[in-house]
Amino acid sequence: MQMPEPNPSILSRKARIVEKLRSVLPEDAVISDEAETRAYECDALTAYRCPPLAAVLPASTKEVSDVLRVCFEEGVPVVPRGSGTSLAGGALPTADSVILGVARMNEVLETDYANRIIRVQTGRTNLSVTGAVEENDFFYAPDPSSQLACAIAGNIAMNSGGAHCLKYGVTTNNLMGVTMVQMDGTVVEIGGGHLDAGGLDLLGLICGSEGQLGVVTEATLRILRKPEGARPVLMGFDANEVAGACVSDIIKAGVLPVAIEFMDRPCIEATEAFAKAGYPMCEALLIVEVEGSDAEIDEQLALILEIARRHNPVELREARDADEAGRIWLGRKSAFGAMGQINDYMCLDGTIPISELPFVLRRIGEMSQEYGLDVANVFHAGDGNMHPLILFDANKEGDLELCEQFGADILRLCVEVGGCLTGEHGVGIEKRDLMVDQYAPEDLEVQMAVKDVFDPRWLLNPAKVFPLAASEARRAMALAAE
Amino acid sequence: MRPESEADLAEIIAAAKAPFHIRGGGTRGIGRPVAGEVLETGALSGITLYEPGALTLVAQAGTPLAEIEAALQAEGQRLAFEPMDHRGLLGTTGAPTLGGVVAGNVSGPRRVQAGACRDFMLGVRFVDGAGRVVKNGGRVMKNVTGYDLVKLMTGSWGTLGVLTEVSLKVLPTPETAASLVIRGLSAQDAVGAMARAMGSPFEVTGAAHLPSGGDGPSETVLRIEGFETSVHYRANRLRDMFAEHDVPIESDPDHVAARWSAIRDVQAMTGQPGDVWRISCTPSEGPALAARLDAQQLLFDWAGGLIWARVPEGTDARARLGAFGGHATLVQGSEATRAALPVFQPEPAPLAALTDGVRAQFDPRGLLNPGLMAG
Repeated sequence: MQMPEPNPSILSRKARIVEKLRSVLPEDAVISDEAETRAYECDALTAYRCPPLAAVLPASTKEVSDVLRVCFEEGVPVVPRGSGTSLAGGALPTADSVILGVARMNEVLETDYANRIIRVQTGRTNLSVTGAVEENDFFYAPDPSSQLACAIAGNIAMNSGGAHCLKYGVTTNNLMGVTMVQMDGTVVEIGGGHLDAGGLDLLGLICGSEGQLGVVTEATLRILRKPEGARPVLMGFDANEVAGACVSDIIKAGVLPVAIEFMDRPCIEATEAFAKAGYPMCEALLIVEVEGSDAEIDEQLALILEIARRHNPVELREARDADEAGRIWLGRKSAFGAMGQINDYMCLDGTIPISELPFVLRRIGEMSQEYGLDVANVFHAGDGNMHPLILFDANKEGDLELCEQFGADILRLCVEVGGCLTGEHGVGIEKRDLMVDQYAPEDLEVQMAVKDVFDPRWLLNPAKVFPLAASEARRAMALAAE
Repeated sequence: MRPESEADLAEIIAAAKAPFHIRGGGTRGIGRPVAGEVLETGALSGITLYEPGALTLVAQAGTPLAEIEAALQAEGQRLAFEPMDHRGLLGTTGAPTLGGVVAGNVSGPRRVQAGACRDFMLGVRFVDGAGRVVKNGGRVMKNVTGYDLVKLMTGSWGTLGVLTEVSLKVLPTPETAASLVIRGLSAQDAVGAMARAMGSPFEVTGAAHLPSGGDGPSETVLRIEGFETSVHYRANRLRDMFAEHDVPIESDPDHVAARWSAIRDVQAMTGQPGDVWRISCTPSEGPALAARLDAQQLLFDWAGGLIWARVPEGTDARARLGAFGGHATLVQGSEATRAALPVFQPEPAPLAALTDGVRAQFDPRGLLNPGLMAG
């Protein structure tokens, strides 16, 4: 993965830049020692590492504003960082950049049950937002797999989803307002306790902009009352196509499950070896979860099971109690950990139209043989968001590169069948160079023109999202201006 | 002007020397009056793709909404954001288009639970002010590839580009619906009751309050939708929550549908004198804000977070409201009033700078509905 050459002028001014940062932050909030900045050299895409020039840990919107103004004055790029769980390299530093970590900003600022909103500082973790309201039976809906660790700041940057977004939507559908600091230090308030924008929907634009338009320090989030109950069923099928058809029929029937998860045989086998959830050995497995009162759940599940039976399942398993429900989810939730036990793996995130599911799975199988790398599939079937896991050996010469080529081919396949490169992880550096496969030059030009407005000198989260060739002219102009 | 294709439209805009007034079905004449040649999208019509099993629909922007709704109905599906029909309130005629709904981010009572039009948007194609054909998003339900211009275009009222094609997420139409009616509540008590209902686990998909018009007590209406036994169960549980009131449950489907389309379209204010404003606020602030308006007529939707207010012609409702966190839009007013008062909420300086900057990038020559959204 190519990254731009670090700016030698910035590297040579390190001492002065650090000094200026120290003048606006407490002593322990500026990290410049080379050994210590290594803690910020990568996110969860660990194949790529680069220690930053320095890292700062501001504790308030004011401190974020001060930091950004200093960096703006010095022409130093800034890489915002939530908890560093990005699988796309969204928080990968450049050698001439300052990492701005929001980890110290984790307060709940306001909880308002009457209006069903919570306002938090964005360093707060996703799960602890729900943690702050669950004693009153409320929850925050988006639930990315990394929810124990990932920060709301990163969720907003990547517009994160989760297993339950078939019913509840992704971050952008649950985000009502932000306090955002622009690169020059200007603080803007967008949205709040009310619905929808009075003018252009800048909130919708900021959500998912990968930290390239501003640093979001506070967020107003929609919270929801927990359903009375939830219950999963597990279904096994003897072909991917059959499972895919079953998903489509469930959706068409008018039931809207909160989650429809899909695992294929390689994934089931790996998971069983690791978590021993007692899954049936079959070609494809679905976990379908519905919500409501006991009677409502019974009714919905009866309908879903009737549909499933029409597809000749090899296994139908209903959860009779919480323990059995836990066992049904156990394998799915430990799938990534299980794969990590047996191999290094790369997790992809393309989305496809559900109707293309059987074709895409078959093609991935064929490509797997061509590349000689195994693939396990586990994904959110209800919305077509796939997570093929390509297994490789990081210690084997050339295996990572081969894996990346294979991954790129799978993502191009997603685009070819009418889907997209990334459903919930973001572009980051990982899919940056594939953007040309999804978007024409004019499409990218218009997106970059938006960044010109928010960050005219292109200092925020450099070298992400847009192919380097596409953004070269702008980056050169920003350098010249410095 | 009535371009026959996207390419045709792009050519027209690229070659243009003077502004356009963009028009779908011409049923939503909202905004500052625009001086410009009318540019109609009606010829860009037709459903491109509809996959009921994937809950996705793609159609050209000029497609009549009625055509979309008929296609969805045939498969037992619908646009869950329940777009308002502005024809009654604005006294317009013609056929609303899908593009018009999207350009105005037009949503109805279900917005409070299911989301707005913008929340169901999956992708757009449009021609910007430079005549460039641009696409963003796609036709899949989860997509974070690049910046989300889909949301930006939704609700931009044709000022950033002319929509040519949109993709939407659609949802199954529930088997049935019921309304609960609580009579005689003050606005304050109604907002409290609606907050309790929305904060219950019973999935209320509509919560509106119609103050007394003098011909009967006020009505606070809650809606439940789903499978029949489930609706029955939840409606009764919800009624139990308001045991201190006599709460009739209305379950005749036609009656429920009629009641909610009347709320959606603000029928009570149709044909009445004066101007109609639409105020989006934090629900609990609604009653106090409404009181400040000294309105001739009010309707609260979105559990109190949306206030419809009828005031004497030319009234500056924002002056009466004072500073608050939401926004006020003049929806129905004479051309003179719409020229004199900002129709859309003026933004604070740093936000206005961003908005102006974005607009200048999309429409550098000021050709597309210039000034329509001016604050």
